[in-house]
Amino acid sequence: MSYLNKILAIVWKDIVAELRTKEMFSAMFVFSVLVIVIFNFAFDLRVSGERVREVAPGALWVAFAFAGILGLNRAFVMEKDRGCLEGLLLAPVDHTAIYFGKMLSTVLFMLIVEAFMLPVFTAFFGVNLFDLRLVLIIVLGTVGFAGVGTVLSAMTAQTRAREVLLPILLLPVAAPVLIAAVKATSGILDGQAMAEIARWLQLLVAFAVIFPAAAFMTFDFVVKE
Amino acid sequence: MAAVAAQPVEPGASPPAIEVHRLVKSFGHRTALRGVDLEVAEGEFLTLFGPNGAGKTTLIRCVSSLTRPSAGTVRLRGEDLSKAATSLRRHIGLISHNPLLYGDLTAEENLRFFARMYDLADAQARIDAALQQVGLFARRRDPVRDYSRGMVQRLAIARAILHDPSIMLLDEPYTGLDLQAADMLRSVLQDLAASNRTVILTTHNLEQGLEMCDRAAILHRGKIAWQGVRTGLDLAGMKQIYRDVTRLA
Amino acid sequence: MERTDRREPLLIALTALSGAMVLVALYLALLGAPDANLQSETGRYAQRIIYFHIATAWVGFLAFFVTFVSGIGFLRTQDRAWDVVALSSAEIGTVFMLGVLISGSIWARPAWGVWWVWDERLTISLIQFLIYVGYLMLRSSVEDPSRRARFAAVYGIVAFVSVPINFIAIRMWRTQHPLMFGTEEGGLGPNMMFAFFFSLITFTVWYVTLMWHRIRLERLRDDVEALKLELMG
Repeated sequence: MSYLNKILAIVWKDIVAELRTKEMFSAMFVFSVLVIVIFNFAFDLRVSGERVREVAPGALWVAFAFAGILGLNRAFVMEKDRGCLEGLLLAPVDHTAIYFGKMLSTVLFMLIVEAFMLPVFTAFFGVNLFDLRLVLIIVLGTVGFAGVGTVLSAMTAQTRAREVLLPILLLPVAAPVLIAAVKATSGILDGQAMAEIARWLQLLVAFAVIFPAAAFMTFDFVVKE
Repeated sequence: MAAVAAQPVEPGASPPAIEVHRLVKSFGHRTALRGVDLEVAEGEFLTLFGPNGAGKTTLIRCVSSLTRPSAGTVRLRGEDLSKAATSLRRHIGLISHNPLLYGDLTAEENLRFFARMYDLADAQARIDAALQQVGLFARRRDPVRDYSRGMVQRLAIARAILHDPSIMLLDEPYTGLDLQAADMLRSVLQDLAASNRTVILTTHNLEQGLEMCDRAAILHRGKIAWQGVRTGLDLAGMKQIYRDVTRLA
Repeated sequence: MERTDRREPLLIALTALSGAMVLVALYLALLGAPDANLQSETGRYAQRIIYFHIATAWVGFLAFFVTFVSGIGFLRTQDRAWDVVALSSAEIGTVFMLGVLISGSIWARPAWGVWWVWDERLTISLIQFLIYVGYLMLRSSVEDPSRRARFAAVYGIVAFVSVPINFIAIRMWRTQHPLMFGTEEGGLGPNMMFAFFFSLITFTVWYVTLMWHRIRLERLRDDVEALKLELMG
């Protein structure tokens, strides 16, 4: 289908551009490692031993959220800076394809960075994060976060305040995604039964569907003059 | 691979390629276009002159579907742009202030991307041909951020003609071009003028603009202040008309 | 452009009515309503703030709903009038939401000795407040008025979509811990109910009055802008 092909073209383009410069990647990765290190060292002063596991999920998702914000910022600032967004808007495809293309490439970048972060996190916090169910949570949380983040990023890239405004707009709105993700992650680390974690998963699924849907319906108003 | 969308079948005589009717565009309290009426027939080359702030860029943006009008209609090939934008864009090529190119990608990758966005069959052949035409074939594997400004504009031209649009819109394309790029642009414009494509060119430069057009018009303070055919019009005459029209408050 | 507001006397009457109602509500809350069935004396005094606290929260969320609906209205019609309503409601909502947070603190301190609790309602009020602040900051960083209105509308819609889900998430989150502080609903006698509902209605009327004033102010501002442009040619 032509629509899908164009979404993939946008994703491919973002990947190639990123492979050339590795600008965003290195920034996202280094930044998240820094966040993990700072959390670890900040908590280490007061929280030790078993109790570190209590703060671990929160720290993990804060690191993911910040990495996500870096990635989201880059997604549209790159288009806006060289006027490329107009090139996309001139293409004979519904503008929502731009939304999906950008969202997918952001999700992809976030997942790659998150995958790299897990071993780092395990090393610093000493918690075992290698659990398949965790993968599901991370994927859902990332999709929900990037789902709403993409439309907000498209907006903030066009404002005066630019990068500074995105976290201000995104974090309160995405707070429930983070809450659900942290609760679900804690559940897994604490070895809770699936039934307990299930409702957090349901919430994550709801976000992964509702946020992209709302963004999809409003995206055109953000890019079209 | 998806086929190119079928062209709408027009009964009787073919409608003007571009029809702008009572177009109004306001940005807040500032009105850039105050009721523009314009028609460009198929295959016609129209040059639009006008001082800064007259609304030329806004008009081009409305015709290219980048900007939504506040009032009035734009019809391309007989269809309402506000309703059929997605399919009509296939027939529009735009060259403007922004090159619309990705600096981190090579010239070839840029064109390949746009070829995909426009569903072009035989993409590689078209890309090669376009690069040859603008003289960038040898540098096609270099990232665009290594290009000079003139080369970037040449590639922008290649991008604009890649999908062989029947309507070409050029918004002050000579701006910032070096001699080599300007010459190349001239030859591209000559090809466009000779071909059956419909062209709107906006410019300050009376000489360059008058060179290849079939008709000329002057946009002043958001309205078409004057229109006329090229035949019988020389540079001196055009300058006089321009001065007269833009002097009137 | 002349704008003789023939409804001005009505606005004045409404303002007066609001003022009167607020005074009555104040009396009822602070003096009229009977004491709550609580141990400590300070706790009993502090509890009286509940009449305002909940009414304020109600207005805070109502205002956001209005912003949400106006945003949709604007996107569909591109009519500035909708944007004026959205902006006015957001501004007023921000102030009321701040009121919720402050009144929550005022209650918490003497009642339980802390300035803030991560109670579900306060948490969602805090998030709502932050969304409001974001909304206003977004507006102030866009210069073009029509773009500003569009962006604000989109944010209003997307943020509102998250509010009910926010509520569910936080509710689920808080019910995992024992609710340290008893619910406010426990044991509200009929006289208290009266004060409670009266506050609710008072604050709603107050909201409408403030909206009217604010919308009127914004329209006058628009008129001045238009006049300026006309005069400058």
